[in-house]
Amino acid sequence: MSSPMTPGLAAARLPAEQLAENFDDLHAPFAPHEAAVASDRCYFCHDAPCVTACPTDIDIPLFIRQISTGTAEAAAKTIFDQNILGGMCARVCPTEDLCEQACVRELAEGKPVEIGRLQRYATDTLMAKQSHPYTRAPQTGKTVAVVGAGPAGLSCAHRLAMYGHDVTIYDAEAKPGGLNEFGIAAYKATDDFAAREVNWLLGIGGIAIKTGVRLGTELTLEALTDHHDAVFLGVGLGGVNALRSDGEDKDGVRDAVGFIKDLRQASDLTALPVGRDVVVIGGGMTAVDAAVQSKLLGAQNVTIAYRRGRDAMSASAYEQDLAASKGVRLMFNAQPVAIHGNGSAHEIELEYTADDGTGLKGTGETIRLRADQVFKAIGQTLTTDGGLALDARKIAVTGAGRTSRGGIWAGGDCASGGDDLTVTAVAEGRDAAMDIHDVLMG
Amino acid sequence: MADLTTEFLGIKSPNPFWLASAPPTDKEYNVRRAFEAGWGGVVWKTLGSEGPPVVNVNGPRYGAIYGADRRLLGLNNIELITDRPLEVNLEEITRVKADYLDRAIIVSIMVPCEEQAWKDILPRVAATGADGIELNFGCPHGMSERGMGAAVGQVPEYIEMVTRWCKQYYDKPVIVKLTPNITDVRKPAAAAMRGGADAVSLINTINSITSVNLDTMSPEPSIDGKGSHGGYCGPAVKPIAMSMVSEIARNPETHGLPISGIGGITTWRDAAEFISLGAGNVQVCTAAMTYGFKIVQEMISGLSQWMDEKGYTSVEEVVGRAVPNVTDWKYLNLNYVAKAKINQDDCIKCGRCFAACEDTSHQAIAMSEDRTFTVIDEECVACNLCVDVCPVENCITLEKMTPGEVDPRTGKVVEKEYANWTTHPNNPGAVAAE
Repeated sequence: MSSPMTPGLAAARLPAEQLAENFDDLHAPFAPHEAAVASDRCYFCHDAPCVTACPTDIDIPLFIRQISTGTAEAAAKTIFDQNILGGMCARVCPTEDLCEQACVRELAEGKPVEIGRLQRYATDTLMAKQSHPYTRAPQTGKTVAVVGAGPAGLSCAHRLAMYGHDVTIYDAEAKPGGLNEFGIAAYKATDDFAAREVNWLLGIGGIAIKTGVRLGTELTLEALTDHHDAVFLGVGLGGVNALRSDGEDKDGVRDAVGFIKDLRQASDLTALPVGRDVVVIGGGMTAVDAAVQSKLLGAQNVTIAYRRGRDAMSASAYEQDLAASKGVRLMFNAQPVAIHGNGSAHEIELEYTADDGTGLKGTGETIRLRADQVFKAIGQTLTTDGGLALDARKIAVTGAGRTSRGGIWAGGDCASGGDDLTVTAVAEGRDAAMDIHDVLMG
Repeated sequence: MADLTTEFLGIKSPNPFWLASAPPTDKEYNVRRAFEAGWGGVVWKTLGSEGPPVVNVNGPRYGAIYGADRRLLGLNNIELITDRPLEVNLEEITRVKADYLDRAIIVSIMVPCEEQAWKDILPRVAATGADGIELNFGCPHGMSERGMGAAVGQVPEYIEMVTRWCKQYYDKPVIVKLTPNITDVRKPAAAAMRGGADAVSLINTINSITSVNLDTMSPEPSIDGKGSHGGYCGPAVKPIAMSMVSEIARNPETHGLPISGIGGITTWRDAAEFISLGAGNVQVCTAAMTYGFKIVQEMISGLSQWMDEKGYTSVEEVVGRAVPNVTDWKYLNLNYVAKAKINQDDCIKCGRCFAACEDTSHQAIAMSEDRTFTVIDEECVACNLCVDVCPVENCITLEKMTPGEVDPRTGKVVEKEYANWTTHPNNPGAVAAE
């Protein structure tokens, strides 16, 4: 058995029991008593700021009041009416930047009502009790193709199915779920929640899923539009930006998203190798997820190197604190120059940066860190545009996800606008479905 | 630190906080611990006649009403008077009194409405050395079905009669405990006074059903699927009790009759409020049953601090201070005009004032795009609802308008002079002002 000190890439740096504990729920679910206490704190605000802050407009005061009166199932219905992936959003939403930041008790006492955990309490309660709470409207005879079985596609498909349309979801991966299944830190979606949620969602009926088919290879937009009354694209961002640094091709250098995906799909965490000295390049949630999980796997030293200052980091303050509390070092104003090593990464050379008012520039001063594993987390890119008009390297959309071509909608990370959050993708998928329905039934 | 020594009916106690006749005062063990914790006195749980003791139910005796965070706001009970033999209670009272001469021990009594029953028990109670008796004319459940407790308290003639017997056969103070389950509390209080009562204590518990089990369709507390109304007490009954205390204190017929205030007293402030409305001391039960005997320490320190801050040197000075300000609606000054004011620095933007005013009152609060809430003086009638629903204390206040200013709602100049309904032009029965 290896240890955190074992040089190079090594599996089983920590005992299995320790790994199981490390990758357990980040926030334990509320017990009924905790939920009662937490829900009592809600003031039932008028036109509540938390609702305004929620991309899916969940009626938060209502669902919390429903929990406090002993009807968590009704609370879940309030949530799912707006956000069918309310279970996952309760786990992964950066609530500290959304509803909980807007909570008036955050303003009053610096302690918001724990909306995210209450949402999980409600949705878990209903999902444990009931197969599926919605029924379909009479079938319309219309068919819609949804490309991508991530949050946007699933949300869109569910709403369309509810309206009575027949939906086929196409996904490039071997199983549905998108980033919920492959791209989120394991401790945020334990017990195979992403897969369980998809199965539960499909309980509405009228949705077929075809996996292992990728737009641009097995699928063409033309074929889809020929065979369906409408098409929704929720393909996400399949590509990963390159570092453009010397030595990027050395062993031990890889995409953070690939590492996270391997970790999520691993059946045995003790078999998953991780470096002794890990450096993650980037400043977003993916960087934090990769860094924290490296640490939890037993890496001795983990550093996030971000080329700008803390204020510019897109990972929330909460996520930064989480990383720091797990022992991850946050390094700001440092950009990669080269990765050194004989075949495999051994050190990373970083250059300090400064913004003199004319943009970020290297100062010329460099520093070398031990690095037998380097994760790239500097953003993802659209891989398939299907010939649609683009805006800032994403599919350009207007209104409820309408693309430059009639009959084709897009939403989620692949579409312009939005802030690349699960909850935003759900909202966009839902809204596109409503627009598609209006157009089809015109 | 202010001296809280209280002399009530000539009975001295180190503070005005007595434990009311109830489960906390049912036996020697409890009462000794209560005295050690600092309680000034106790009213021993009600004794019944010689003979087989009463029996209690063997299922739940209490039901509850909760506020946020399961804070107990109201408690109801279906427990009867003491279910221990009379002799045992009398022996214990004797022993405890001998050991705590500086504390008050009052014995609560409930025996049938027959002269002989009272004649029999009173000498035995006197022999304990207790400082006085309290006649339980208030218990609203169980015993009232047997013609005792509230069944007596609801008939002023019975109150007067039994009180007179007690004054005849017992020579220490007699306190009459009143039931609130009547329409006008002044009547039984006056009857007690006519019978020679040294004081009244109120309120006893209120008829209540605290909840219904929606699975079994039984009221709670449920005994094998059935429930019976109980007696309601705790913070929820405080407003009812204070109104009744004030009615007796300001009624010319009973004015000056000593009152022991009871009903939801939980903090020193509650006690001070009862005392200001005419209570010479207070009795506590639910707060002790919720938090234990230790709460008296907060009551003692709080009342002392407040009295020091106000310059009061004895509890006596506070008794009845608010009574002259309790009046009838028709005497309220209709020329007093106020407007709600929202302190924007304290506002947390919950919007509850807006919802309350917009939906249920006078549409006198404006809400801006950025959730700034402001009072529309042209519409505000100063009803106070916004103040009452605001979660932040003192964030919204009612500000008095200065005479001479124009009330934007009515367009009228605020008058300096006091004027009430009795002289108001809209009152068909108005009398002409001098």
